[in-house]
Amino acid sequence: MSQIANYDNQMYKELKEIISEKKKIRNPLIEVLREAQAIFGYLPIEVQQFISSELDVPLNKIYGVVTFYNFFSMKPRGKYVINVCTGTACYVKGAPRIIQMISEELGIEMGETTKDGQFTLSAVRCVGACSLAPVFVIGEETYGRIETKAQVVDILNQYH
Amino acid sequence: MKRIDLLICCGSGCVSAGSLKIKNKFIELLEANDLRSEVNIIETGCMGPCDFGPVMMVYPEGVFYQKVTVDDVEEIVTEHFLKGRPVQRLMVTEDDKLKATKKEIPFYQKQVKVALENCGHIDPESMDEYIATGGFEAIGKVLSEMSQQETIDVVKDSGLRGRGGGGFPTGLKWQFGFNNKADQKYIICNADEGDPGAFMDRSLLEGDPYRVIEGMMIAAYAIGASRGYFYIRAEYPLAIKRIKLAMEQMREVGLLGDNIFGSAFSFDAEVRTGAGAFVCGEETALIHSIEGMRGQPTPKPPFPAERGLWDKPTVVNNVETLANLTSIYNKGAEWFASMGVGKSKGTKVFALTGDVKNTGLVEVPMGITLRDLIFEVGGGITNGRKFKAVQLGGPSGGCLTEKDLDTPITYESLLEKGAMMGSGGVIVMNDTNCMVNVAKFFLDFSVEESCGKCFPCRLGLKQMYGIMENITSGKGKEGDIEELIRLGNDIKKASLCGLGQTAPNPVLSTIRYFREEYDAHIKNKSCPAKVCTSLIHFDIDKSKCIGCSLCARKCPVNCITGNREDKYTIHQLDCIKCGNCDDVCPVHAVNIIPGMHYETLSAVQPTKKDTY
Ligand SMILES: Cc1cc2nc3c(=O)[nH]c(=O)nc-3n(C[C@H](O)[C@H](O)[C@H](O)COP(=O)(O)O)c2cc1C
Ligand code: FES
Repeated sequence: MSQIANYDNQMYKELKEIISEKKKIRNPLIEVLREAQAIFGYLPIEVQQFISSELDVPLNKIYGVVTFYNFFSMKPRGKYVINVCTGTACYVKGAPRIIQMISEELGIEMGETTKDGQFTLSAVRCVGACSLAPVFVIGEETYGRIETKAQVVDILNQYH
Repeated sequence: MKRIDLLICCGSGCVSAGSLKIKNKFIELLEANDLRSEVNIIETGCMGPCDFGPVMMVYPEGVFYQKVTVDDVEEIVTEHFLKGRPVQRLMVTEDDKLKATKKEIPFYQKQVKVALENCGHIDPESMDEYIATGGFEAIGKVLSEMSQQETIDVVKDSGLRGRGGGGFPTGLKWQFGFNNKADQKYIICNADEGDPGAFMDRSLLEGDPYRVIEGMMIAAYAIGASRGYFYIRAEYPLAIKRIKLAMEQMREVGLLGDNIFGSAFSFDAEVRTGAGAFVCGEETALIHSIEGMRGQPTPKPPFPAERGLWDKPTVVNNVETLANLTSIYNKGAEWFASMGVGKSKGTKVFALTGDVKNTGLVEVPMGITLRDLIFEVGGGITNGRKFKAVQLGGPSGGCLTEKDLDTPITYESLLEKGAMMGSGGVIVMNDTNCMVNVAKFFLDFSVEESCGKCFPCRLGLKQMYGIMENITSGKGKEGDIEELIRLGNDIKKASLCGLGQTAPNPVLSTIRYFREEYDAHIKNKSCPAKVCTSLIHFDIDKSKCIGCSLCARKCPVNCITGNREDKYTIHQLDCIKCGNCDDVCPVHAVNIIPGMHYETLSAVQPTKKDTY
């Protein structure tokens, strides 16, 4: 937390540079928030305040945008975010079962993060790999045709 | 000149199935065999039959290989490339007949590729390959020979309608954009593809990005826009990368920038990414999202063509709409209009998924029947099960049944049947799917994605969801169906944007076609498809049970008791229906029975709080 509150921190320097770059495009708020989330992992209110003063956009507007879009999170997230697809194709092919398997394996519920900060279990709507349904995504890696718990465990073990 | 072209599909399906590893193995073995200079390896976008992945084609013969593994690479190199003997084992067979090339495979036979013409045939990161297939000829012709009005007229004559779901005539939309005079106008490519269960736009952007950009340039010229935006969902990082790369290459050679092809037309575009909100696919919401605000829709009129991005005239077109344009200008409006039926011209790309054999990306002429799409192109239902329903149009669409299979696919015919064309997601369902549960799934989606601005959508959908929740948990009551219909129709009439105006459709259409299933849930407290866990129960068949106690040990709530002599019994009141007992039973003595058990039935009565 102390890191987040300290505006001298390296992360803020990085963000400041990005903001001055992005200021060139019109209304860059969402693009800036995306970059900020990439740097900090999430968007705590301190970061939003910082962006507010740098971009000269009222904090309430920033808060409104952050809470509107699913992509943004105000809670810290794990090093790896497991996004289980709950789109239609995956749903009919058993997405709820995958969520149950991962949840059992990691001991966390949907939306939660493991104690060691490794994994966050989250859901997305269709990642466009429907023909491989059911699917989950970690980072940019897509894992499809998941049928057994053993498959899930194997994949998660690659990230320990 | 290389002797052999090896096209490896690197669409998302095949990449997940391992096509990149296979490519590396090819490079390794080709080098080892001194063949690197003879074989040209091309990474292409999606070839279509994702279910056969990883797939690849070898030219000049056009041999099509499916389900290739790293271990097969050596055989392909030594047999096919060195000795000229294609590996039959890896080809598609149908009724014991070998289908060596793409043309012979039934999956491809009824397809007509227009938007997907190049997808799976060229390297999507090579502008030269795009140009070699006739790329940028259309924009060249438009800029040098045609006035803006002539450009618009071609699209009008072609009969092209928006592929993003609404089906609005593209020529007419452009005409509005053209007629509204302003110092600055914008063109936006809608690549938000929010329909869960669809990946057409993704595949187009990843497989043939230049074509979409060229389409955008034609549209921009027609309406008089000098600036464009690609609004691409964040879930599609590769699509974002490819479009950005393609634009950079085009800028370098002057295909984007000032005075393109020496004409007076100057144009450039940038990419904006979505941040995970379905409603941002709606054009006014999308515009607000680009403006850096919450993506909430605003009432139309004013239409974007009049007052859109930063209050300037703006035309929003879907990816597939734009991808059709180059072919229309190259081959003529009459050619395009000769495909399809009635007011639905040309072709449509569909993402076939669910319980169908050949899942993947397909493009078929408008007017093809659902039967041909599902059973010919799609190869029918998997695992020998029965077809039950097909869902079109995602959360805005509806389910159709066996009876509707001979309906030709057009914008009008689908609407009439209570579904809609939508963006092209086709989800095929077999008889293990519960239609009430499927409708609840879509409603849940719409409840979550409702932006909250107008109350019929925000509150009404919640209300409907509550009733669906009751029905699927055994608390349904007489009159619920009528209430759902009433609410649904009101929400459709009173909502601000397309989301609310269509969100009740999945429920209404399943009531229309599967009313008896709703009745079973409400009156008999039974889920015939054995999906809704509250409306089924597990029972141990004592004549089969061997008393091994495995189920009792694996039961997470300890609701199974018994011993070797008396066999085992499930205590229904405590059972959470996790299914562990069924999974572990070595003799399959556990039965899943539709309907609540009488013990639970008497314990659950609707309380005041649960009634809506
Ligand atoms: C809730 C909602 C979601 C939509 N999502 C999309 C989408 O993901 N992609 C798309 O192209 N159009 C979508 N549309 C339709 C757009 O509003 C718009 O009609 C379309 O982009 C126009 O392009 P077209 O005429 O080329 O189809 C959506 C509409 C609504 C109401
Ligand atoms: S529904 Fe899961 S990837 Fe499309």
